[in-house]
Amino acid sequence: MYSASDLRKGLKIEIDGAPWVITEFEFCKPGKGTALYRCRMKNMITGIGMEKTYRPTDKIDKPDLEEMDTFYSYCDGHNYVFSNAETYEELHVSAEFLGRNVYFLMENDPCHFLLYKGEPIEITLPTFIEKTITETEPGARGDTATNVLKPAKVDNGYEIQVPLFINIGDVVKIDTRTGEYAERVSKA
Amino acid sequence: MDVISALAQKRACLEKRALLAQALRDGFRHFGFLEIDTPSLIPAPAQEEFIETIPAGSGFLRPSPELEMKQLLAAGYKRIFQFGPCWRAGERGRKHSEEFTMLEYYAAGFDYRKLMGLTCEILAEAAIRVNGSLTLNYQGEEIDFSPESAEWLTVADAFNRYSPVALDDALAQDRFDEIMVVNIEPQLGRGHLTFLADYPASRAALARRSALNPDVAERWELYIAGIELSNAFSELTDEKEQRQRFAEAAAFRCAHGMNNYPEAEAFFAALHAGLPESSGNALGFDRLVMIFTDSDNIDAVKF
Repeated sequence: MYSASDLRKGLKIEIDGAPWVITEFEFCKPGKGTALYRCRMKNMITGIGMEKTYRPTDKIDKPDLEEMDTFYSYCDGHNYVFSNAETYEELHVSAEFLGRNVYFLMENDPCHFLLYKGEPIEITLPTFIEKTITETEPGARGDTATNVLKPAKVDNGYEIQVPLFINIGDVVKIDTRTGEYAERVSKA
Repeated sequence: MDVISALAQKRACLEKRALLAQALRDGFRHFGFLEIDTPSLIPAPAQEEFIETIPAGSGFLRPSPELEMKQLLAAGYKRIFQFGPCWRAGERGRKHSEEFTMLEYYAAGFDYRKLMGLTCEILAEAAIRVNGSLTLNYQGEEIDFSPESAEWLTVADAFNRYSPVALDDALAQDRFDEIMVVNIEPQLGRGHLTFLADYPASRAALARRSALNPDVAERWELYIAGIELSNAFSELTDEKEQRQRFAEAAAFRCAHGMNNYPEAEAFFAALHAGLPESSGNALGFDRLVMIFTDSDNIDAVKF
């Protein structure tokens, strides 16, 4: 259990069987009154926000959260399988949970998971991955502008906006946090 | 940022802090107040439910200079003021620091309304001296410091205006402070000074109850831009009632595992000898500096 004085921005707590992270925190206290801990928080599964004010005597549940370092192994057709970096135990994760991230999985890349009651609720991939462009309109030679973009596809079918000077066969860096083009690594 | 660069960056705020302190000192002297210093290390703090002290040496770091200043009132000092450090354990936040500077002043022969008038005049004069204008910009909001614009708002009216719950229900449900912080305080001192006045008798602290309406205490708090700056009373001079309130607060403190205090002998000797009818205000000086320097964090305006 946490006590109210443990509350701070970034702390993860449990309310009614769900994990929440505190996104804003303010200590309030009328001079002659009781201390109050005002929190704005976000549900770590649904992303829904809410405000809650705690009193000094309040006790707050700790969520059953576990951090886990893994590396990506393979896709078994339904699920994506990750191996625990220490125990090599397998963690099976659905495509639905991974969303866009399925395009960014590279065999043996380190992936960090946050688990709530043993179930993954957050995944952190390497910030940048490299992919080869397989489809795009031919590049305009000499056009080095990076603010004008055109559609492209990479080798696993992921669609991305790239600058005009990118050609088929170029290797580009993708930012896995935004899913967007970051820079060109090498030319075809 | 490293400590030294952080201090260098505070220079403009600290310079204004010094100017403001000087302007306020001049204001108090103009009205015949004597600047005094009472001890920071005290044997017996006031028994208060929600203020915890830091034990030190043979006693406690003072959470307020109130009890000592009242001894001076009883000794015949009619107008006194003091700037000094105070400490309150565990109070840490954007507007709180465990160590802070209190500006506290008392005037014999005053009641809380008269003290509001004096407070307005001194603050207005300080605004002109430090800022060159009666209007200050705080976090994008114009605050008018002219005494004529100051608002006197009773706690009952504030609840009627801003609270989703009636005052009596809030007290019965022990939600007074919560509603104050969440619903009421953010509305106060918007564009001018608000004196939130006439607290329920159960929230009297060291204030006397109103002769006209014993359900309320003659107490006000000053708000500017939603920030609580000070707390003032028509001082309770009745020794018996004061002993009773301290006993109740001491029982609360004991039940909640708070520091145990010895009897405040010198303070009760002052009440016994006779505290004149008087009124005093305790103002968080750092917060006033926040307003004057347009700072949203107390750390920006002190060492």
